[in-house]
Amino acid sequence: MTAFFANPDAMILLTGLLVALAAALPGCFLVLRGSSLMTDAISHAIVFGIALTWLATGYISGPIQIAGAAAAGLLTVLLIEALTRTRRLNNDAAMGLVFPTLFAAGVLIINLYARDIHLDTDTVLLGEIAFVWLDTTRIAGMDIPNAVISLTVFAALNLGFILLFWKPLKLAVFDPDFAALQGLRPGLVLGGLFALTSATAVAAFDAVGAILFVAFVIVPPATAYLLTQSLAVMVTLAALIGMGSALAGQQAALALDVSIGGMMALMTGAFFALALVAAPGKGVIATLLRRRNDRLAFACRTLVTHLHSHAAGPRVDEENAITALESHLRWPRRQIRNVVLRALDDGLVRREGAMLVLTEMGAALGRETVASVAPLIPPRPQDQPQPAPPAA
Amino acid sequence: MSPLLTVALGTALLGALAGALGPFAVLRKQSLMGDVLSHAALPGICIGFLVAQERSLPALLAGALIAGLIAAGLIQLILRFTRIKPDAAMGIILSTFFALGVVLLSHIQHSGGAAQAGLSSFLFGQAAAMLASDVTLLSALAALVLLILATFWKDLKLVAFDRDYARALGRPVAAMESLLAAVTAIAIVAGLQVVGVVLMVALLIAPAVAARQWVEGLLPMVLLSALLGAGAGVSGALLSSTARGLATGPVIVLVAAGLVLLSILFAPRRGLVWRRA
Repeated sequence: MTAFFANPDAMILLTGLLVALAAALPGCFLVLRGSSLMTDAISHAIVFGIALTWLATGYISGPIQIAGAAAAGLLTVLLIEALTRTRRLNNDAAMGLVFPTLFAAGVLIINLYARDIHLDTDTVLLGEIAFVWLDTTRIAGMDIPNAVISLTVFAALNLGFILLFWKPLKLAVFDPDFAALQGLRPGLVLGGLFALTSATAVAAFDAVGAILFVAFVIVPPATAYLLTQSLAVMVTLAALIGMGSALAGQQAALALDVSIGGMMALMTGAFFALALVAAPGKGVIATLLRRRNDRLAFACRTLVTHLHSHAAGPRVDEENAITALESHLRWPRRQIRNVVLRALDDGLVRREGAMLVLTEMGAALGRETVASVAPLIPPRPQDQPQPAPPAA
Repeated sequence: MSPLLTVALGTALLGALAGALGPFAVLRKQSLMGDVLSHAALPGICIGFLVAQERSLPALLAGALIAGLIAAGLIQLILRFTRIKPDAAMGIILSTFFALGVVLLSHIQHSGGAAQAGLSSFLFGQAAAMLASDVTLLSALAALVLLILATFWKDLKLVAFDRDYARALGRPVAAMESLLAAVTAIAIVAGLQVVGVVLMVALLIAPAVAARQWVEGLLPMVLLSALLGAGAGVSGALLSSTARGLATGPVIVLVAAGLVLLSILFAPRRGLVWRRA
């Protein structure tokens, strides 16, 4: 055990896994609620909280600093909502104003009063996971990295919060009005969610930095969202994808000799890209295939309707020949080929020499289509019933 | 030119540039696109540096511009093919592009060389390091933006207020939106080295929001916003020169935020103070 906690690579990986887990849990609810960028705002504004806490108490780490930063995170959320409520500016502009302003104030405090301590904007924005194992606390005879301790606490807190308030959170995200009617106080659980996210951000930024923390909050949940319809599955998947990114990121960073935190966050993007392209049902490939399939199905219906409307007519030999489709339906040859093949495969038509003849199923589809559009089409003169010829 | 004059002139030009473009971002409810573009610029800057092998401003600008346009395109792709919300799509692109930038930056730093010096000032901004050549470049960019705004004024106005109506009229809405994204990306990249990646977004939004409280109409709003942006730039630069440790970027942003607060409270008719009284 002691050897495990003394191994830098193991500690770096453990830190990454804990960041991924702690971030993905609240992240799912934030992404679903449409508050993704609030994470970005919070993670910048905590710089203000950290600087102010330091100025007031002298603490640069530990619970008091985390509490101060979490308060700054909540302040950000409240300020943005208050500004939006004045209706003098939109929510996006309010957000874009509040967090840079708090960030600027934090940076100035650091520059003016904290020049000599370990607190600079580079570290806050970028983090340095490679050094987490240097800063340790002795527990039960083992030197355990502080980042591991605080992140374990927040991963557990976030998990506990989500399990405890599963139903109110779910309702607050999907239907806040109904949640309010049920007396579930959606504002309160969401406030708790934002406070926990802020506190987790403080615990995480030493390791991966504020902006890369945002990647762990938003990207794995969005990836999981592409893969499932169930909230419970989404939360589980998001945590797993985040942790997979941490693992893959560390390996890639060691191989390429680049920033470990950056690579871990970049890997969340790689997993997202994979899901975006290849997710079953919701991915780009699946969507393109579905659209193609829909187009072909519609064209088949058009073909069947065309054949059906001429099947009983006088010039059926001419109209329903395959060679006539090019001029009658104005389709290019490729399209005709694809559509006729599809119609043959689906058993809607069969070939009889140069003619296309509807099967039972095809004729039924043709009748159904004509019947469904008939009320929409005004009658044409030649469709009027002809007077019966006089009896001979 | 004295260094202070150079910095003041540069920040004024930057403020005017961002201020003139801000109304189009704010009115289209796209304020945070500036945030995305400024973060997404980082990998482009790194690649520009790797290609040019030196801190050549045109190469860095070109890289950042291309990265910004790719980022904007990818956001559209995500929105078109999935039901992911716009803010999440922006967050995904913002954070992963920035991560790529961090990875590339660490690669550049590990491969060593004195040439990489000054690259991180692009991230966090260092107005004091501004050179006369930077001011020349900023003036050229400001002139370019002015020309573009004047040329496409009518269509840009339509897009800013009612893009659906503009589409129905058959106006080139997509082209105008890409144009705005490109020009905004250029302004952001120009601003990065002055105020840094985080604060640039405020410089884009704050003058526009402040100007909106005082005037109606797009032309007065753009003019006033550019003026307020320039004012915030100059006063920020001058204020920050009065004490050691007052970094220019944050001071500019605080001045701009102060302008917004004053405007929201005291602007005639729209001011909150008059409402309550």
